[in-house]
Amino acid sequence: MNRVVVTGLGVCASLGKNATEFSAALRAGKSAIGPISIFETDGLITKIGAQVLDFDPAAYFDSNKLPLYDRCTQLALVAAREAIRQSGLDFRAGLGARSATIIGSGVGGQTTQDENYQRLYLQGLKRCHPLTIPKLMINAPCCHITMEHGITGPSFVIASACSSANHAIGVAFQMVRSGMVEAAVTGGTEAVFTFGTIRGWEALRVMAPDTCRPFSAGRKGMVLGEGAAVLVLETRERALARGAEILAEIIGFGSTSDASDIVMPALDGAAGAIAACLQDASLAPAEVDYVNAHGTGTAANDVTETNALHKVFGDHAKKLAVSSTKSMHGHTLGAAGAIELAATIAAMRGGFIPPTANFAGVDPQCDLDYVPNEARSGHINVAISNSFAFGGHNAVVAVRRA
Amino acid sequence: MADVATDVLEVIAKQAKVEPAKVARETELADLNLESLDTIELIFSLEEKFNIEIPYNANEATTAGINFTTAGDVIDAVAKLVAEQKGSAA
Repeated sequence: MNRVVVTGLGVCASLGKNATEFSAALRAGKSAIGPISIFETDGLITKIGAQVLDFDPAAYFDSNKLPLYDRCTQLALVAAREAIRQSGLDFRAGLGARSATIIGSGVGGQTTQDENYQRLYLQGLKRCHPLTIPKLMINAPCCHITMEHGITGPSFVIASACSSANHAIGVAFQMVRSGMVEAAVTGGTEAVFTFGTIRGWEALRVMAPDTCRPFSAGRKGMVLGEGAAVLVLETRERALARGAEILAEIIGFGSTSDASDIVMPALDGAAGAIAACLQDASLAPAEVDYVNAHGTGTAANDVTETNALHKVFGDHAKKLAVSSTKSMHGHTLGAAGAIELAATIAAMRGGFIPPTANFAGVDPQCDLDYVPNEARSGHINVAISNSFAFGGHNAVVAVRRA
Repeated sequence: MADVATDVLEVIAKQAKVEPAKVARETELADLNLESLDTIELIFSLEEKFNIEIPYNANEATTAGINFTTAGDVIDAVAKLVAEQKGSAA
């Protein structure tokens, strides 16, 4: 079994259109949640989100390629470019056939779908753009990464709602660990800011009207975000042999299903995934310093997740630093696991612990150290990142500082 | 007012999959085995039926003074929202 390391990291999200900006924003405890401006929100109850502002596709893509790319593909390609550039790997030089591309996304090309429906149903137009299907298909972000970088090994998108990216990273990790491939490009992307999508989310009655306050008293629910993060994984041996800079080491992956309720989380499912991850990583609970929580800011998740951490970590739970960076970058759904692992690695490298922003006061049912409002100086040696999705898909990734 | 009451009880009965006769003002929603998804579906049906907006957030224990413990609470809340929002709905 190979040890698996991260040699490239790229981010294109609301907190920053590259990993450096992203890391600085996390350290500053800055929240990217604000009024939605990328479409007209008249009539919506939910008017806030964490958007990737001032993103000019023309700055990143040729006009002949752009018609193929939904926004979620655009964000993924930008993040992938940064990660692959940092890794220094040239997939076209032979490595491509021995590399995997595994990307997570919850719903793929929503903007394209929405525009297409408006053309057909609203405007009564007779035909849709010929590239509609290839643009909206959920695998599009993945295939365009393989095409842009010449990666010819196994590739597919994994969709498990809010756990998609953690599942994608976990599968890519397992493929490199087992020797099935030597390297992998993995992560997640999501861009769902359309009128119809926000309406759909509103109907679930879990959207916060004010902001995202995970674990805090007075929290009123979720705030959506958009963005992508991509990591390059390779065997530690290969990275050392070529003198690559190792950013972090992925050490474990755990995954369970609640098999319970379509929206409400189950304690055993969440605790089981955390425990499975620790076991996969051969970690004793006391070795974990930091938890990047799923922490959506809903009444249900934050209590269940707190209880799951108590259950798995026992006395050590009170010593953990637990924060939800969703408070800053929003809930990025299928990209969440990737953006949150990127946040964890950025914090490890930067010598800080990311805060839970917008923390207004203690909820007696959430009694752990959530690093309220301000980042803390400190070294994270070992961390886990949780994702607990609608439908009960739980996925947890463990990472160690390089 | 009587129409609103009858209609509300009917909507609740439909969501709970029981005979309308089984739902009265005093009936507690908890006794009807309505789970969290049932509650938001109920709210959706009431909003559609009466063309109102019910400010319900699943994360808050009480929503803007609305209490949905009994069917009577629901009738009163809906009647109030209908009166407040009459003419303002699209």
